Amino acid sequence: MAATATIVTAETAPAPAKARRGIPLLRSGKALTGVVIFGIFILLAVIGPWIAPDDPSQTGGPVLQSPSGAHLLGTTQSGQDVLSQVLTGARTSMLVGVVAATLATALAVLIGVTAGYVGGWTDDILSMLTNIFLVIPALPLTIVLTGYLEGGGWFPIAVVISVTGWAFGARLQRAQTLSLRNRDYIKAARAVGERPWRIVTVELVPNLGAIIISGFLFTFIFAILTEASLSFLGLGSMTTWSWGTTLYWAQNSSAFTTGAWWWYVPPGLCIALVGASLSLINFGADELMNPRLAPVAKRNRKARRAQRRQAAAAGAAGKEATP
Amino acid sequence: MTQVRFLFRRIAFYAVTAWAAITMNFLIPRLMPGSPENTVLSRFQGQVSQEQIDAVKAQLGVSDAGILSQYGTYWKDLLSGDLGLSVSYFPGEVSEVIGQGVWWTVVLIGVATAISFVLGTLLGVLAAWKRGSRLDALLPLTTFLSAVPYFWIALVALSVFGVELGLFPLTGGYRPELEVGWSGEFISSALSHSVLPALTIIVSSIAGWLLGMRNMMLTTISEDYVLVAEAKGLRTRRVMLGYAARNALLPNISGFAMSLGFIVSGSIVTETVFSYPGIGFLLYNAVLNNDYPLMQGIFLIITLMVLFANFVVDLCYVVLDPRIRQEA
Amino acid sequence: MTATDTTADAAVPPARDPGPGREPLLEIKGLTVDYGEGAGAVHAVDNVDITLHRAETLGLAGESGSGKSTLAHAVTRLLRPPGRITGGQVLYHRRAKDGGPVPPPVDVLAMNPAELRAFRWEEIAIVFQSAMNALNPVHNVAAQIADTLRAHRPGITREQCRERAAHLLTTVGVPAARMKAYPHELSGGMRQRVMIAMALALDPDVLVLDEPTTALDVVVQREVLAELVRLREEFGFAVLFITHDLSLLLEVADRVAIMYAGRLVESAPAQAVYHEPEHPYTRGLVGSFPPLRGPRRELTGIGGSPPDLRSLPPGCAFSPRCGHAFDRCRRDIPLLRVPPAAPERLVACHLDDPDGGSDAT
Repeated sequence: MAATATIVTAETAPAPAKARRGIPLLRSGKALTGVVIFGIFILLAVIGPWIAPDDPSQTGGPVLQSPSGAHLLGTTQSGQDVLSQVLTGARTSMLVGVVAATLATALAVLIGVTAGYVGGWTDDILSMLTNIFLVIPALPLTIVLTGYLEGGGWFPIAVVISVTGWAFGARLQRAQTLSLRNRDYIKAARAVGERPWRIVTVELVPNLGAIIISGFLFTFIFAILTEASLSFLGLGSMTTWSWGTTLYWAQNSSAFTTGAWWWYVPPGLCIALVGASLSLINFGADELMNPRLAPVAKRNRKARRAQRRQAAAAGAAGKEATP
Repeated sequence: MTQVRFLFRRIAFYAVTAWAAITMNFLIPRLMPGSPENTVLSRFQGQVSQEQIDAVKAQLGVSDAGILSQYGTYWKDLLSGDLGLSVSYFPGEVSEVIGQGVWWTVVLIGVATAISFVLGTLLGVLAAWKRGSRLDALLPLTTFLSAVPYFWIALVALSVFGVELGLFPLTGGYRPELEVGWSGEFISSALSHSVLPALTIIVSSIAGWLLGMRNMMLTTISEDYVLVAEAKGLRTRRVMLGYAARNALLPNISGFAMSLGFIVSGSIVTETVFSYPGIGFLLYNAVLNNDYPLMQGIFLIITLMVLFANFVVDLCYVVLDPRIRQEA
Repeated sequence: MTATDTTADAAVPPARDPGPGREPLLEIKGLTVDYGEGAGAVHAVDNVDITLHRAETLGLAGESGSGKSTLAHAVTRLLRPPGRITGGQVLYHRRAKDGGPVPPPVDVLAMNPAELRAFRWEEIAIVFQSAMNALNPVHNVAAQIADTLRAHRPGITREQCRERAAHLLTTVGVPAARMKAYPHELSGGMRQRVMIAMALALDPDVLVLDEPTTALDVVVQREVLAELVRLREEFGFAVLFITHDLSLLLEVADRVAIMYAGRLVESAPAQAVYHEPEHPYTRGLVGSFPPLRGPRRELTGIGGSPPDLRSLPPGCAFSPRCGHAFDRCRRDIPLLRVPPAAPERLVACHLDDPDGGSDAT
């Protein structure tokens, strides 16, 4: 259910990637916006629970209050402070995202690079495994797996998400590894008898950097959305607050039919903003590597129009000049 | 004959995937911690014969038989269409319960996905062709939409169109007092109930098609054959659709498998929001009620349907791409 | 000479092409193409004047980045951003219809979209470097020829399209049975032949060949080239042949124009270019491949590296690599002129310039 962003493919990605990292990305307006929004949410995840004005589970306040000075984002049906829930939930949601994306990316690199580098029947089997996990719909599998989990907080959920979400990254890593493996500098390293382990860690993986990051961001969106869906369905960890949990209670208390928008809009918006920020970073990176994807700047358009007019005028003049 | 070979390879792949999913389904209750059989059996108390208790135990992996013979029994039951007994719809059979819900889901997801694919692809073509025009404004919007969870859009749609404006019914798949059948009244009721869920799925998934198509188009537009088409003096529409879009479509179709997984996942949650009587909502209820047999049956059915849908897409791909030689 | 030529004469007096009696077909005047805009813009093609005459083969040579392909794309208005035409005219002289008066030339750059569509392929067809990329991979050969016919000959029947496609393919040496083949099912040479057949579909007066044989191996290259020469004899179209391979041009072209850093530096009959290259850059080019016939000579090549369009030196762009450069070369951009000793050619070089002392800018 995550974004179907176009990911940098093996062909468009530059190989010796050292020169193209860090700062150039921030020159893209999109990527910069993404990084700033994402940074804010990382910050919220760290300090959110500390700056939350109330205990998110604390009941007994005024019930279903719209936003006011006392409760900036209003209160729930049982008088809980929504702002506190959103701030506290930020940590769980982001934590699940980071942990699941890290585990899944590690798995993806391990499987994808092995498949791409070793080749042969190892590749056949690992590719088959990757494709199987790509085709099997992730959420039903996740739901079944968490259905068998009994409690345990957010960590097992993150693990389950990484188990169902690694395949996409693995396919990217494999494709890129395959293309790198045939580059001259890798061939040369093999020819002079470098150890495979060294070639992979020193020559190969650093050049996979951009793809790894792109896969990580993508899995991060996937993880956050999946956690939110699970919590929203009441299948997540109900002992900790996350954005999905807040939405679950809002849905259960018919916040949507009673018009208590302050209850369900903020957590949903947070999820969407985190997802959108990561997509923006990915798009920025895409455009950096494949400039054709970037939108044309306005002044180009104007210039083209002016040029067309000019050409037309010149042409007309030319025609007049010819008897 | 490369096409035939391609299809054979795809069929082989789907067979292996189906086998993997079925085996996973067998292993999950046996490998996961906890003892689901107690939950299940406590709900069956006094209502079932010893034979049925044994069947439930066997299904959940509590059996004295060796794992291989359990696996054999599992396959035998599966092939005879026996998915066990549902706990929450007791004494209904899982296959029957699923049979009632599955068509709601197939129609809902099928129609919504078709609309979203066609619309998103066309918009993507236009956005790429008219790059630098006002259509570029679609990009930030779609970026945002592609990151919003389905269920949240469902909730917002529900509160705006259902509650505030009262345009569409809030929950269910049809007016409960109606008899399910081919009566005009029932069909119109079912249609109006499906508008909001379908709208949710379309709005949530369209961004993916749009962005994917736009980016592929932009790559294709700079191909020489598009330039040649232009140089040949073909009409702009012909160049755009017959040359650029026609080629840009192919990678998008081969990426369909993954997208479909996302859409199905999103639809499950969407059905839950609208209490739509499809298998997504059933899955949700199954989990709430610890109905493990139903849960697993639904997972299996969803997976098999997705595999089938992918195969249909492969067939389309064969028709559309004369070059099929190896897997994309 | 037509009346139009007189006007052209008046407009650009010094850079007139010699060759009286020949009928101009495509006159490029002062064509300038920029990449980018503002301060960062580079002139990929800078104020180029060149004329293609009827039934003539004009070769356009230069290193990659010299602007020769950009020129071809500009002439056919196929430039993609950030490339844009910032000045000049491309005058096309239509043939007189059935003994009527010769119609005035039209400026390709001023055509509206409908005029342009009708003009394209009907008058100028293009063959690109790589036929693999130039043929639409998802349509078969016949379909790609047919959609060209249908676009320009409304009302043509399916059967007529099929016949025409079969005929065209046979003409270029592709068995008509292959018309249902898809590009990936054909060999490289076959694909390029199909491309040529497609180019001939509407019987154009100009064929632009943009490195048509570069992507082929040497043997196939020969065959395709021979085929092109034969077809030119048969159909009498004019050819604008673009390649970096000067030796190839000397064999097939009547006249050769050399480009360097977006400018025309020399234009002369092919034989003259080969035997007495005038411009030092042309001399370098001729010296960098083995002689086609006759005694061996020493290969010289050209020192230095190709010019960077973003930071061209003042004066002659070739001056940093030129063994004969003197002060004026580093100061003034040389203009194309007819050298006194050779009236049939044009050279942009300060060497042997009669008014060498004066500042001519």
